Amino acid sequence: MSRLPLHLIIVGIALLWMTPAFGLLTSSFRDAAAVANSGWWTAFQTPFDFTLENYQDVLSQNRMGMSFINSLIISIPGTVIPILVASYAAFAFAWMRFRGREALFIFVVALLVVPVQMTLIPVLRLLTDIKLAGSFPAIWLAHTAYGLPFAIFLLRNFFGALPRELLESAYLDGASNFRVFFRLVLPLSVPALASLAIFQFLWVWNDLLVALVILQDPSKVPMTVTITNLVSSYGTQWQLLTSAAFISMMLPLVIFFALQRYFVQGILTGAVKG
Amino acid sequence: MRGRLIPWIWLLPAFLFIAVFLVYPVIDTLRISFMNDDSSAYIGLENYQFVFTNSATQSALLNNILWLALFTVLAVGLGLIIAVLTGRIRYESLAKAAIFIPMAISFVAAAVIWRFMYAFKPEGFTQIGLVNAAGTGVGLEPIAWLVEHQLPYVDQLLPMPLHTNNFALIAVGVWMWTGFAMVVLSAGLKGIPTEVVEAARVDGASEWQIFWRIILPILSPTIAVVATTLVIQALKKFDMVWVMTAGNYGTDVVATLMFKEMFNFGDFGRAAALAVILLAAILPIMLITIRRFRRQEETR
Amino acid sequence: MSFGRRKFFLGVALILLVGLLFPACAAPPEDEIGSVEVLGVWGGDELASFEAMVAPWEQETGGTMEFTGTRDLIAILTTRVAAGNPPDVAILPNPGQMVELAEEGELVTLDSFLDMTKIGQEYAQGWIDLGSMDGELYGLFMKASSKGTVWYNPKTFVANGWTVPTTWDEMIALSDQIVVEGMNPWSVAVESGEASGWPATDWIGEILLHESGGAVYDQWVNHEIPWTDSKIKSAWEKFGQICLTPDYVPGGAIAILATGFIDGSYLPYEDPPKAAMYYLGAFTQGFISEQFPDLIAGEDYAFFPFPAIDSQYAGAVTGGADVVVVFNDNLTTHSFIEYLASAEAQQIWVERGGFTATNNLVSLDSYPDPLARLAAEQLTGATVFRFDADDSMPSAVQKAFWDGTLAYLQNPDQLDSILADIEARAVDAYE
Repeated sequence: MSRLPLHLIIVGIALLWMTPAFGLLTSSFRDAAAVANSGWWTAFQTPFDFTLENYQDVLSQNRMGMSFINSLIISIPGTVIPILVASYAAFAFAWMRFRGREALFIFVVALLVVPVQMTLIPVLRLLTDIKLAGSFPAIWLAHTAYGLPFAIFLLRNFFGALPRELLESAYLDGASNFRVFFRLVLPLSVPALASLAIFQFLWVWNDLLVALVILQDPSKVPMTVTITNLVSSYGTQWQLLTSAAFISMMLPLVIFFALQRYFVQGILTGAVKG
Repeated sequence: MRGRLIPWIWLLPAFLFIAVFLVYPVIDTLRISFMNDDSSAYIGLENYQFVFTNSATQSALLNNILWLALFTVLAVGLGLIIAVLTGRIRYESLAKAAIFIPMAISFVAAAVIWRFMYAFKPEGFTQIGLVNAAGTGVGLEPIAWLVEHQLPYVDQLLPMPLHTNNFALIAVGVWMWTGFAMVVLSAGLKGIPTEVVEAARVDGASEWQIFWRIILPILSPTIAVVATTLVIQALKKFDMVWVMTAGNYGTDVVATLMFKEMFNFGDFGRAAALAVILLAAILPIMLITIRRFRRQEETR
Repeated sequence: MSFGRRKFFLGVALILLVGLLFPACAAPPEDEIGSVEVLGVWGGDELASFEAMVAPWEQETGGTMEFTGTRDLIAILTTRVAAGNPPDVAILPNPGQMVELAEEGELVTLDSFLDMTKIGQEYAQGWIDLGSMDGELYGLFMKASSKGTVWYNPKTFVANGWTVPTTWDEMIALSDQIVVEGMNPWSVAVESGEASGWPATDWIGEILLHESGGAVYDQWVNHEIPWTDSKIKSAWEKFGQICLTPDYVPGGAIAILATGFIDGSYLPYEDPPKAAMYYLGAFTQGFISEQFPDLIAGEDYAFFPFPAIDSQYAGAVTGGADVVVVFNDNLTTHSFIEYLASAEAQQIWVERGGFTATNNLVSLDSYPDPLARLAAEQLTGATVFRFDADDSMPSAVQKAFWDGTLAYLQNPDQLDSILADIEARAVDAYE
């Protein structure tokens, strides 16, 4: 099969997908008046009216650095903890036999549909009563819980796809559940864990509502909150959002690329042969 | 003895979290759905009665179904195609990143971008939105994509008016979530043993046959996971609709309606009833998942 | 791989430790001024101005003000209040919500710690009444804004020989004249996300005040007359006249619905101007000056007072303001509110622009330009003043009102059923 059509299709789709984001990027280098009066593609005609003003304004906000750190403090445990907790449960769902396994699993997946807004009042009330409200552990707990249904759903699917013979021979060799889990299942499921990590990190990094409700303390708010505060209540100075969006997007993109090396074909290949 | 307890030890941490943060609020929501607006008195099924007979709710439910059909099919389909195609090229990571970027952008930023894409200025003004600029460039009238209920030209041809604004929003949803489908399906593709594919190639099978007969069957559980997740996303869609139109002009979905009931109208009972309907809507999907689950078990 | 994993877990543990060491909000000892948490909608320049206003208080008392801003104020506040975890202070854009919170018993009464004689001297009775319920003061109004301003381009008017209208009929005649001369007389824009429609409600409120007077206005806001009353319908229809008369607004109803209220203010000042007039509150000055920094206030852009409809109500004005409410009763919040109510505090923001003081002691000279001064004078010199209608109504009715205007612009012939729908919501809400 000739490779040219393949390349054309892929590049074509990629360009199409990137057009809106490219428009945003271009707009982030223009001032507000220009953005309101002309389409972003006109920026490439003379006079070239690019400016770094938007980026300067955003980066010089005195809270930006602190909120970036806050975002990290919120997002990293908010990604690692759910993955750990979910993988334990997913392993049990995939490879252990117990009564009610099927019903319980369905129940957990069904919880995916619960809208976050409905949970916030009871959750906040509980956190307030145990005096945890407004602290980082509170938001780690919340994001872990909200991320569990999808994480369990995804991981169970991948764990379950592992070859039965592989695990059985390990058990026969006298391996405990822990050994099988840590030495066999996890390493073989790296692509799945990587994709889960990407998404969970992303969702926590971009979250606004949960942070506003549970964190409350302005010194702990993540970047999403600081960014919305760039814009006045009327919506003026929204051009700052264009550059803020890119600044905020940098880290998730870095993580995406960093985790790409775990998307390697044939991790299973050697294992099955052996 | 020990054997029977062990699975529960593995499940315990997850279940604790779920019980506190998800199950307890759901039960609470169920309870509130039978109460009045500030949860001070029980009013039986009144909220449900309102929700099912109110035209705004009915329209929102129809919109969710529209989302369900279009959004899921497009996102899964495109994600699959892209996952398969990019697996064969050297610049795989770059291409995937391009499709993934929309997911990395927060909803607030996505709304800003798409306001640029869909921006509308009246006839005779310079268009600043890409879509209208392209349209007026070929002589069409500018269209207010987020407001218009009907497409001016297509409307004469169809027996039923289309809501352009819903399609406009769904397009944004697909733009964002295809990356998700692509990443997960890509992970699934990596788990397919290469010898199987190579052997088939050596045996003379065409790419098409390999795709249909080998890749798809092995991938189907993963496709099911992606599809289920996206269907649920379509049901509880909130952010995208909220930041772009706030549910105005007929774009309301159940989740935005629930938000309005809760915070604008202050009727917690009705909001809870809407949430329960969402939860109930997932039952058919769960039944399908059960069947897949069972079938998968049999083959292992 | 396992060494990398160990490093990784170590890193996570470190972060957990850092996070845990961050102390959760601690309450200050009872007799010291500590921190006050304020929840509001302000962001960008407004927030910078508010922080500048508060800075002297922080220096003097050693307290700290921590501001959380969000456009979803109503959602966040409702959630936190319902969960028993309200902020110390909230700044609401509408007194309607203040009334609801006061009725639920969530608010601290301000007259329990403020010097009411001083307040009585420094504030017009109207502001005190607006913030009170059952004789107790719950809300402090600040950051007022006149809504009786119709914006126009003086240079365009002079160039075309148009005169500024003083009555509604004159304004309509002028509009017709402008159409004949080949321009669109009006810019109208109501898009505002979740609150789309509020500029239209401003129009209707102002019209109703000028057409039927303060007493009828009050009856309307307090739901003593139904929404289907002929006087209310007449106000809607006059608004419709501006929006829907052919060639009045460029792009017609669709454009009105699709254009943001900030973008709408630019039309009279584009080169060439795309419209002649734009009605929106005094805060519009900020939008225009930011988009067109070279224009001079008063010369290149100005406003004329909303024209009279019934001459006995000439000089009437609607306006808005933000209201400060308190949830937690402690020394810090007392001190903070006392400061916000003072003329010194308000003067700081007045000088930065975009703020009309509610405190009478702030002199008119503090305003940064003639237009800002004029807007302030319009408020203080009004023959009849009424607070913005939709902001005074319960949230449910306000939302129904906003949505109703959107529906009206799309289907003007369904006005009766639209009004009936709002009436149904109102009946529920005012119970």
